[in-house]
Amino acid sequence: MRAFATLAALIAIFAIHAAAAQTDPNPSLITQGAYIAAAGDCTACHTAPGGALYAGGLGIASPIGTIYAANITPDKSTGIGNWSYDDFARLMRTGVTKSGYTVYPAMPFTSYSRVSDQDLHALYAYIMLGVPAVNNQVKRPDIPWPLSIRWPMTVWRWMFAPAPGPFQPEPGQDAQTARGAYLVQTLGHCGSCHTPREITLQEDALNDVNHPSFLAGGGHIDGWMPVDLRGDDTTGLGRWSVTDIATFLKTGATDKTAAFGGMADVVHDSTQYLTNADLTDIALYLKSLPASSNAKYAYDNTETTALNSGDSSKPGAAIYLANCDVCHSASGEGYAKAFPALAGNPVVAGQDPTSLINIVLDGARRPQTTTAPSSLVMPTLAWKLNDQQIADVLTFIRSSWGNNAPSVSPNQVARLRKHYKPIPNTALSP
Amino acid sequence: MPDIIRKHADAVIIGSGWTGMIMAKELTEAGLKVVVLERGPARDTYPDGAYPKTMDELAFIQRSKLFQDMSKDTVTIRHGLNDVAVPYRQIGAFKPPTGLGGAGLHWSGQHWRVLPEELQLRSHYEQRYGKKFIPADMTIADWGVTYDELEPHYTFAEQVFGTSGHAYRVNNQIVGNGDGNVFEANRSAPFPLPAMKNTYSAMIYWKACQENGLHPFSQPSANASLPYTNPYGCQMGPCTFCGFCSGYACFNYSKASPNVNILPALRLSPNFELRTDSTVTKINLDGTGKRATGVTYIDAQGQTNTQPADLVIAGTFAYNNAHLLLVSGIGTPYDPQTGQGVVGKNLVYQTMSTIQAFFEPGKFSNPFIGAGGNSVTVDDYNGDNFDHGPLGFVGGGPVWCNQAGTKPIGGIPVPAGTPGWGSAWKKAVADSYVNTVSFDIEGSNMAYRQCYLSLDPTYKNWLGQPLLRFTFDWQDNDIKMSRYITGKMTDVAKSMNPKSTKVLVKNFGDHFDTRPYQTTHLAGGTIMGTNPRQSVVNKYLQSWDVSNLFLLGASVFAQGLGYNPTGTVAALAYWSAKAIREQYLKNPGALVQA
Repeated sequence: MRAFATLAALIAIFAIHAAAAQTDPNPSLITQGAYIAAAGDCTACHTAPGGALYAGGLGIASPIGTIYAANITPDKSTGIGNWSYDDFARLMRTGVTKSGYTVYPAMPFTSYSRVSDQDLHALYAYIMLGVPAVNNQVKRPDIPWPLSIRWPMTVWRWMFAPAPGPFQPEPGQDAQTARGAYLVQTLGHCGSCHTPREITLQEDALNDVNHPSFLAGGGHIDGWMPVDLRGDDTTGLGRWSVTDIATFLKTGATDKTAAFGGMADVVHDSTQYLTNADLTDIALYLKSLPASSNAKYAYDNTETTALNSGDSSKPGAAIYLANCDVCHSASGEGYAKAFPALAGNPVVAGQDPTSLINIVLDGARRPQTTTAPSSLVMPTLAWKLNDQQIADVLTFIRSSWGNNAPSVSPNQVARLRKHYKPIPNTALSP
Repeated sequence: MPDIIRKHADAVIIGSGWTGMIMAKELTEAGLKVVVLERGPARDTYPDGAYPKTMDELAFIQRSKLFQDMSKDTVTIRHGLNDVAVPYRQIGAFKPPTGLGGAGLHWSGQHWRVLPEELQLRSHYEQRYGKKFIPADMTIADWGVTYDELEPHYTFAEQVFGTSGHAYRVNNQIVGNGDGNVFEANRSAPFPLPAMKNTYSAMIYWKACQENGLHPFSQPSANASLPYTNPYGCQMGPCTFCGFCSGYACFNYSKASPNVNILPALRLSPNFELRTDSTVTKINLDGTGKRATGVTYIDAQGQTNTQPADLVIAGTFAYNNAHLLLVSGIGTPYDPQTGQGVVGKNLVYQTMSTIQAFFEPGKFSNPFIGAGGNSVTVDDYNGDNFDHGPLGFVGGGPVWCNQAGTKPIGGIPVPAGTPGWGSAWKKAVADSYVNTVSFDIEGSNMAYRQCYLSLDPTYKNWLGQPLLRFTFDWQDNDIKMSRYITGKMTDVAKSMNPKSTKVLVKNFGDHFDTRPYQTTHLAGGTIMGTNPRQSVVNKYLQSWDVSNLFLLGASVFAQGLGYNPTGTVAALAYWSAKAIREQYLKNPGALVQA
């Protein structure tokens, strides 16, 4: 439903855009702004499932309570229709609203602070002229007093937010990598999920200069563990080519992997709309980030040989054969473009098995994109496998075909099972 | 008066099976606003085909999960003109589908092209064997379209379906090692995927056929042999030979279906709208009766809707196109007494027989391995690939070892003479289960003056409309054909040196029995042809009577094929779509002058 609503909304954008173009002196600025909005993934928070484009209302869980994303349509009473460009730029660069309070850092203004003036002007033009105004009063945050007091956010901003300033390429960085860095660090706000946060919620780092934790994998978000985007061979993108990364962001999958969870939404709502040139630049930049560890992955066919010869004596192997083998194969290598490999997959290799456990419990759905429209599904297995079986089969997967990740315990599965939420049948909406 | 009048559409398509989805894709690409109406529920690989719940014989086959609810709507059946028809209340001989994807979701995946001479069957037989060779009551006809006209559409359909196979002749050059089907017509392209692997049974069969001078080949299958991305960008996974194809939704995205191979791309089109649980009751006509204005349908809330449209496409399951025309008063109903009229004419089916070879324990044919489209086949007795002159019958059929997954409730083959229950039966099951090689002759069924469709005078469906009535029975010509080929193939079975063989074949005088499953390949009723006196639609599948109405599916087949119909159904849909896009839309009106 969400996927389709967004698609419909995007179609609406272009329809409205066509109408706006008749009055606006600079329609190309609006088109450019629509692209910036896609690159910034404004939809991720500001379009509620089934709701109007950018009309807000999506509840975002935070450690102190639920925050509701703002209506950023040009509606004058409930949206930002009365905001001047300066009001808009101040919010985007400093997190301070027109009425003067500081927004919660769920809004990645610390990343957006370095978006170029040119891009921000385009984004403003698009929102004001290309997006239909929708009257939608968004709920106030469900945050109890005294945590609901806003002034500490100002202090937070003083302490942790960077001084607004233009994005600066690193010395010696070529133009393409610099463009990639710009997209990743500012509009893409990839670090919001993929960089660990301190207890005070600020990201460890907002760029990679002397910051080995930048994009080194974030904490849990909605039951998913954002992976390491640095050059680590086992847990990161070390064995991904530039083409692999660009293809993943464009289509939602590569020959070896597929997007799931929160990243499926990012691909669906944002990255699939980026140009191949920008996606290549993003990939070049990510490939420039050095590994955090020296661990190397090497495929090992011990389990493949055993499974193919009917030997399922290794704990978890029989469960694998009965439940996983049909798609992911005895070799653990899956099938190109259809079913992801488990052998050498960074998601499998991560220290924290949260994503893996949730995929087995809830199932997973690949995003539908214009270049890869099939939204392939892994079905939920929560009804079929108990905590011990899931722990066993994941431990098997994490220790086979050269994978070398810590085992999974039934208690870890039990904790996540409490939040069981099977994937919806979204493809059924017409 | 309708409860709701819907916004006008450029085209309304009745049915969401292969033909409806192919046409919807083609017409949305041409820029038309298309509404597809499907009488059944929405369905998709997830959750309907989710692993492992889709591998449930009781739910899917015995309890008809993907089939039509026969308590709401069905057909009545009688054998002869003087019999009283009664409703087909329990699914047996054939399995009418319902729901998104139609029969395209629960088919097996056997993906054939037609043999060229079958499209000109009457002229071909008259020319080769003389006019008198064709029995007087046999109403076979030419289709009005040629293989060469359809060839590019067969090729494209194979690319959309991700069909696996060995080509024999591409652009008039024999390809590979010549191990394709020597009887196959020329192709403009090889199959998009290599042939599937053969099961052990099929290998035994291959060898026996070869030793008997026949020409075995790996049959074209729309079960993907490798991962595949089709021209629409839709993704398939490789078939795992799980054995749950016919009657099931494939869990692995391996069996081509409208749901897997077209819908993901179609959903991206802003020109496409799908409404499920919407049962079309009538094609509406204007005052002249020569132009369709749209359709009337009943939605899930029981409300009557009118959907106005410039173009009406009926892509219902096989015989239901004839029902729609009869209840809408379009065309002249066929009269078997006079031979006049066309709607309902040439109801055809197929003539199956089966040969089972039982071996001593230790053979390990392992019938739990299987795929619906996977077979080794011989075409030596299909079409007119053999001399019918001395044999005195019209027709033929492919013979295949199609190991599609033997399941417990459907029944495990046991040797002739085995009791139906008790310890002797158990022992026979235990001995036979993994030691049987079985093959089938999917014989053609010709068209006859006395086999037709009409409205039942007594029985009505849940909406109060008369049920469609079959008047159908086996005819000597087809029994003769079936017994001849079965005899030849029994010799092949015996040459495998089995412990025993069992032959299941119809005999002269046998009547159509609706209980045991045969095939779902019913056809005819709104046949295509060269003139409006003898056919319902022209060579472009356009109604002779109502030029903005097109009828798709096996209902347009002039007579039965030995092959499974889907490949030809799909090629005809693309062929019709091309005519609409390139000719009709530029100049709406009759594409063939009567």
